[in-house]
Amino acid sequence: MYSQGLIGADGSTVETEEFLEAFQKRVDAEQKIEPNDPMPEGYRRTLVRQISQHAHSEIVGMLPEGNWITRAPTLRRKAALLAKVQDEGGHGLYLYSAAETLGVSREELTDQLLTGAAKYSSIFNYPALTWADIGAIGWLVDGAAIMNQIALCRCSYGPYSRAMIRICKEESFHQRQGYEILLTLCRGTDAQKKMAQEAVNRIWWPALMMFGPHDSASTHSDQSMHWKIKRFSNDNLRDKFVNATVPQAEYLGLTVPDPNLKWNEEKQGYDYSDIDWDEFWRVVKGDGICNRDRIKARQKAHREGAWVREAALAFAEKRAGAADAARTAAE
Amino acid sequence: MVDNNLLFQYLLRLGDDQQILSQRLSEWCGHAPTLEEDLALANIALDLLGQARSLYTYAGEVEGAGRDEDQLAFLRYENEYTNALIVERPNGDFAHTITRQLFYSVYMDLHWNALLSSKDETVRAIAAKAVKEVDYHVRHAAEWVIRLGQGTEESHQRMVEALEEFAIYTGELFEMDDLAQQMFKAGVGVDLTLLRPEWEQQIAAVLGEAGLRMPEVNWMQTGGRSGEHTEHLGHLLCELQYMQRAYPGMTW
Ligand SMILES: [Fe+2]
Ligand SMILES: [Fe+2]
Repeated sequence: MYSQGLIGADGSTVETEEFLEAFQKRVDAEQKIEPNDPMPEGYRRTLVRQISQHAHSEIVGMLPEGNWITRAPTLRRKAALLAKVQDEGGHGLYLYSAAETLGVSREELTDQLLTGAAKYSSIFNYPALTWADIGAIGWLVDGAAIMNQIALCRCSYGPYSRAMIRICKEESFHQRQGYEILLTLCRGTDAQKKMAQEAVNRIWWPALMMFGPHDSASTHSDQSMHWKIKRFSNDNLRDKFVNATVPQAEYLGLTVPDPNLKWNEEKQGYDYSDIDWDEFWRVVKGDGICNRDRIKARQKAHREGAWVREAALAFAEKRAGAADAARTAAE
Repeated sequence: MVDNNLLFQYLLRLGDDQQILSQRLSEWCGHAPTLEEDLALANIALDLLGQARSLYTYAGEVEGAGRDEDQLAFLRYENEYTNALIVERPNGDFAHTITRQLFYSVYMDLHWNALLSSKDETVRAIAAKAVKEVDYHVRHAAEWVIRLGQGTEESHQRMVEALEEFAIYTGELFEMDDLAQQMFKAGVGVDLTLLRPEWEQQIAAVLGEAGLRMPEVNWMQTGGRSGEHTEHLGHLLCELQYMQRAYPGMTW
């Protein structure tokens, strides 16, 4: 997964007017910006922020679903879930590499995640409590991620755009898989239907929050749109998501937990309640149900793996030293 | 003629080994020392799971009682699982996991290769797919053992401790109990004792390159093949079986 409407990017920049104009012309002409091209510092910084938030989200996103691998109800489901969580790790790896093309290292970025300096999508600060959550996460969370990411496939920065194209293919597979889990539950026993409905009740609103603040409150959106890092507004994508998803919920026979949800013939889309923005900001700022657990889990893996990484490094250096010595001896 | 009940037991045993180790490896997912290892361990867990599924599915067909892979994987009592003890041992630190992986993967590499000439066509087909997978498992584990053995003092010491812990569980892998004997005689199974010298040689070679050695062992743990397990298996099964036990008879 999963990009979220960017949180707190600073798009300020210091270049000359001429430089900025020339850059903008390239962007407007839909030319992809590549790693070695000159680019405004604000553009670079915004991208690093966005790509790394996205990468962190993939990594932290492994935790709620990983929590169900050992309890998956059938071998087929276990294999699919294990492969999905592995895909998410692969997305993280791929995105860290895209961020590295902008001159930051994975170590620096990881450090920002572990110290809490960097954000990740707040959806992963909600718990995965039942097997149905695995279905709902695939359907709604990967689904919301796809909405965001399809738009990012045309991002002006080449490496990010290409990463998105590759990642989107896997995300849509994840979404179908999640939907199919729920479909099976909804055709099952009362207990299974109840489990499915409760999962959707839990995950619906956090999924809508994945698109970020309202356009009117999203301070850095304009510059991102201008640079074509972002191609659609938060509200625009959220509306698209709701419009695509509500009929799918109806097909499942599940209720979307919003009493004000109603088809609006005139705008050819759904009207729906406003998000609880207090909850949104509370979770973004660190007080969701799982924020602390998620970071602690990442810190623990990092801390307990330190000796392994040190050993690998020491070994690589020894090998390189031996190769050097051999080369010197041969000369 | 192969006795179907014996063949069934034999397939379950092979399936249990792969399933239980897969379950253990998947516990790492999201918690490994590096992102690359998260992916690698998940990969191996997936291979083992795939092998287990083929074996259980075939076992169900051989049994002929209508049990599918899930009923065999999830709905047996603890003493009906006949995996070797080594695969149910907890993951421990990364050195422990990698040591177990080296011991087991080298063993299965030899085992699957020997099963390529099994008289049972389905076993042969499963082995043909597995030999390609286990080749990577061996390389992955061996490379790490060498890295950790030679890396730092700490990683070396952790490897010494891990070898110490797992060495006593390797004897069981080569045991020829009555079932193993009969399957060997029927041309389906393998004389495991014949694999042992080659296994010892390969392990010694890797450990040698890592600057490590196999600890002296004068007695080996055993019990898994007859359903007598360590205390760890019950807890593993609690998680594994949770959904099937809590919501019996449902479709997922
Ligand atoms: Fe992803
Ligand atoms: Fe995904």
